[in-house]
Amino acid sequence: MNIIFILLITISVVFAIANNRVEEFTTAVFDSTKLAVEISLMLLAVISLWLGLIKILEDSGIIHNLSKIFRPVIKRLFKNIPDDHPAITSITLNFLANLFGIGNAATPLGIKAMQDLQTLNEDKETITFEMMLFIVINTSSIQLVPFTVIGILSGLGSKNPTAIVLPIILATVISSVIAITNLFVFRKFLGKGK
Amino acid sequence: MNKLQYISNLIIPLFLLFVVIYGFIKKVKVYDSFIAGAKEGPGVVIKIFPYLLAIFVGIKGFQASGAFDFLKEALAPLCYFLNIPIEVISISIIKPLSGGASTAVFTDIVKTTGPDSIATRISAVIMGSAETTFYVLAIYLGSVGIKKTKYLVPVCVISDIIGIVLAVVIVKLLF
Repeated sequence: MNIIFILLITISVVFAIANNRVEEFTTAVFDSTKLAVEISLMLLAVISLWLGLIKILEDSGIIHNLSKIFRPVIKRLFKNIPDDHPAITSITLNFLANLFGIGNAATPLGIKAMQDLQTLNEDKETITFEMMLFIVINTSSIQLVPFTVIGILSGLGSKNPTAIVLPIILATVISSVIAITNLFVFRKFLGKGK
Repeated sequence: MNKLQYISNLIIPLFLLFVVIYGFIKKVKVYDSFIAGAKEGPGVVIKIFPYLLAIFVGIKGFQASGAFDFLKEALAPLCYFLNIPIEVISISIIKPLSGGASTAVFTDIVKTTGPDSIATRISAVIMGSAETTFYVLAIYLGSVGIKKTKYLVPVCVISDIIGIVLAVVIVKLLF
């Protein structure tokens, strides 16, 4: 992330000067701080809401029952999570939110899952393989019905807006499998031990 | 399609109802539990904020400086060579960076090339099968304070690139 940040800023400033767009660049930088605040406020609302709801589920004991049901599936991929761990449920809920395209629930549930996975981490600053796997699955997108895309297509007069659903499902399933395979390949060659 | 949308819309209300009723049956003080959980929200967001700020400053600055347009133009010959619509480049670069911006770019592609064009279809598949990778990375890593990410970033970037190629191939084969 350090290198990416340095590259982004350096390239941007050089281009801004070369293209005579210094003013636009400066405005964009300050606008982006505003955007970060707006997104954070939005996240504050949905994260608090979902953490509240999850807490009710935790206190009612259902997290335990749910993790029993989904354990076989989740544990097939996430081998180092103990049987009764809350991470099993938060990972499951995040995947479900992603599948059904409940976008603003997926992020808070994902954060909860990361926190649960972090409790299993011995070195709090270094990522675990389970966390990487979880993030890779999330960044490869596992949404089944792309409502936003279909909405735009039909709004702008597509004859058959749902024709795109099958290719999207195909692409998203294959790309997720490839992404997970990539991670395992990288671990094989780079990750010694864990 | 409307039925699917309706079912999807029902999920949240039904989930809310279920959580409250189930808690009640299990004799949980539902309201107190909710407050206790929600209380942790601000702490999480404060932890994430600096990461979000960094990623937005980097991305918005990159776009405004003209570097983004340059990258697009630099990749144009490759598109021409592979017989891929040039619009695919814009959506491919913007999708991993920003959700809002990619929706705007996608809408623009649909408007300029038509709702059933090959460019629109490829972009639609990329929209549906790729994620805002860097945003997810910043938030998920930031929320638990992970600093050493091992080989996670290269895996995500490589997977995104493969995903884009895949989108092009699938659309070319199916339509």
